[in-house]
Amino acid sequence: MSFLHASEMRGGYGGADILHGCTLTVQKGEIAVIVGPNGAGKSTAMKAVFGMLKLREGAVYLDGEDITGLSPQERVYKGMGFVPQTHNIFPTMTVRENLEMGAFIRKDEIEPTIEQVYELFPAVYEKRNQNAGELSGGQRQQVAVGRALMTQPKLLMLDEPTAGVSPIVMDELFDRIIEVAKTGISILMVEQNARQALEIADKGYVLVQGANAYTDTGANLLADPEVRRTFLGG
Amino acid sequence: MDILNALVAFTNFVVVPATAYGSQLALGALGVTLIYGVLRFSNFAHGETMSFGAMVVVLVTGLFQSWGLSLGALPTALLALPFGILATALLLLLTDRVVYKFYRKVKAVPVMFVIVSTGVMFVMNGLVRMVVGTDDRRFSDGARFVINAREFKAWSGLNEGLALKTTQVITVVVAMITVAALFWFLNKTRTGKSMRAFSDNEDLALLSGINPERVVMITWLLVAALATIAGTLYGLDKSYKPFIFQQLLLPVFAAAIVGGIGNPLGAVAGGFVIAFSEVTLTYAFKKVVTYLGPDSWAPDGLVQLLSTDYKFAVSFAILIIVLLFKPTGLFKGQSI
Ligand SMILES: Nc1ncnc2c1ncn2[C@@H]1O[C@H](COP(=O)(O)OP(=O)(O)O)[C@@H](O)[C@H]1O
Ligand SMILES: [Mg+2]
Repeated sequence: MSFLHASEMRGGYGGADILHGCTLTVQKGEIAVIVGPNGAGKSTAMKAVFGMLKLREGAVYLDGEDITGLSPQERVYKGMGFVPQTHNIFPTMTVRENLEMGAFIRKDEIEPTIEQVYELFPAVYEKRNQNAGELSGGQRQQVAVGRALMTQPKLLMLDEPTAGVSPIVMDELFDRIIEVAKTGISILMVEQNARQALEIADKGYVLVQGANAYTDTGANLLADPEVRRTFLGG
Repeated sequence: MDILNALVAFTNFVVVPATAYGSQLALGALGVTLIYGVLRFSNFAHGETMSFGAMVVVLVTGLFQSWGLSLGALPTALLALPFGILATALLLLLTDRVVYKFYRKVKAVPVMFVIVSTGVMFVMNGLVRMVVGTDDRRFSDGARFVINAREFKAWSGLNEGLALKTTQVITVVVAMITVAALFWFLNKTRTGKSMRAFSDNEDLALLSGINPERVVMITWLLVAALATIAGTLYGLDKSYKPFIFQQLLLPVFAAAIVGGIGNPLGAVAGGFVIAFSEVTLTYAFKKVVTYLGPDSWAPDGLVQLLSTDYKFAVSFAILIIVLLFKPTGLFKGQSI
């Protein structure tokens, strides 16, 4: 079984279902990307995988273990890290404190991990004593990813990490995400910049109305004329 | 013209009392702001919480005095303070358990919490009256003055005296220690940081594994300490009168909001802004003006902008002005 295996997820926010049998899997060290139109339920699917949404049907397995009934906090302990689409930093706390709070559940020495995050994101190091809320969009996203890395997760989930950043910063962030994946961390990522994201994806999901429309390798999806026409603008 | 005498008069009647009053308001506003930041509601029961804490201190002080226990020149109340804090902490944790916890569980809207806290206010108010009645109580003992007006006059050769009451000095010193300890806790300890994180972004705090119930409990403990200290200092400086705390709620909230609610630094600044405005606007400047101008300028009236009866109108006016023009307060707080 894959490292993350979320199968046939159905559920919503109390009213009608938003997810209509959505399945997501990620292998170890793999980058999986979810693309799809606005309102397709991409964020909802991420929340479901992370336990922030009660599933009516379906199950989530992490490393072979059924975690469907676990709370988000319990999933953090199991090795999942999540960077939400919005409100993903502590704005009136310094960058360093953001990282410390990311490591809140850890009892061991966190200094080496902070150093690793600083190495991965030099901008985070530079701004370490500044309040996170005062940073630019791209820098905030780096802090947000850094915060999630502080628990040393085995699966890192990112909801639109490049939303609202310039193309240069986007490329930079994607490079960093590839670096993270190379250390053996699995990545599940939602992206608006579908073309660029699929280029770095080992696996791609096209989500439409809460269900998988297309699932293939990133390269194959990019080559698929149907996907190109409907979702990648030709 | 007599600048020195004017300065001494101004210091004696405005600066010294306003500094002491400002410290008391700052401590009260810190409690309000912590609750707002963490539990996200305006706690109307905060005045009564201060009253309850001060009441326990008054009672324990009486007990100590009857045992002949004293701190010499310092008021015995300082010795009783920890007991007041403890009792208030128990009361607040109990209130949280039987009242607020339920409303957190059903995710009640903030205005609901405000109304609930008003109910709690009445209950606490009744509780205090049942225990000690409504009488005025003086409970400060020890040396009355650090600087005595008569001695000051003799020493300086000025017409104006400068008096510095022991309670005023204690108020400022205790407030400084308390604020420093609180800021150290919030900024340097892991638990304090987790409180700020929770206040900043509740959802992300949960995702980071911060336990909300623990944060809430620590908040009530801090609030118990702040409220008891604030109430006791106010009572030492003036006297302990249960119903005064209901009136004190307005300047305390004004201080928190003016500074930027949810922002501890703002609460301290707000406390002094309100205190200095209140004292300055209600002080009769006749003496000061007389010293400053030539003899022929001596005013007939009191040169008092507002009668002291209107002192609460000052807080109210400042509150309205801030809410109209800068709803997030002087320091960046949360918008109400
Ligand atoms: N907290 C919520 N409560 C109720 N409905 C929601 C909530 N969040 C999103 N939705 C609805 O769920 C659907 C999918 O939203 P979302 O998962 O955010 O889409 P995407 O991330 O793909 O743009 C939308 O119709 C949206 O209105
Ligand atoms: Mg989304």
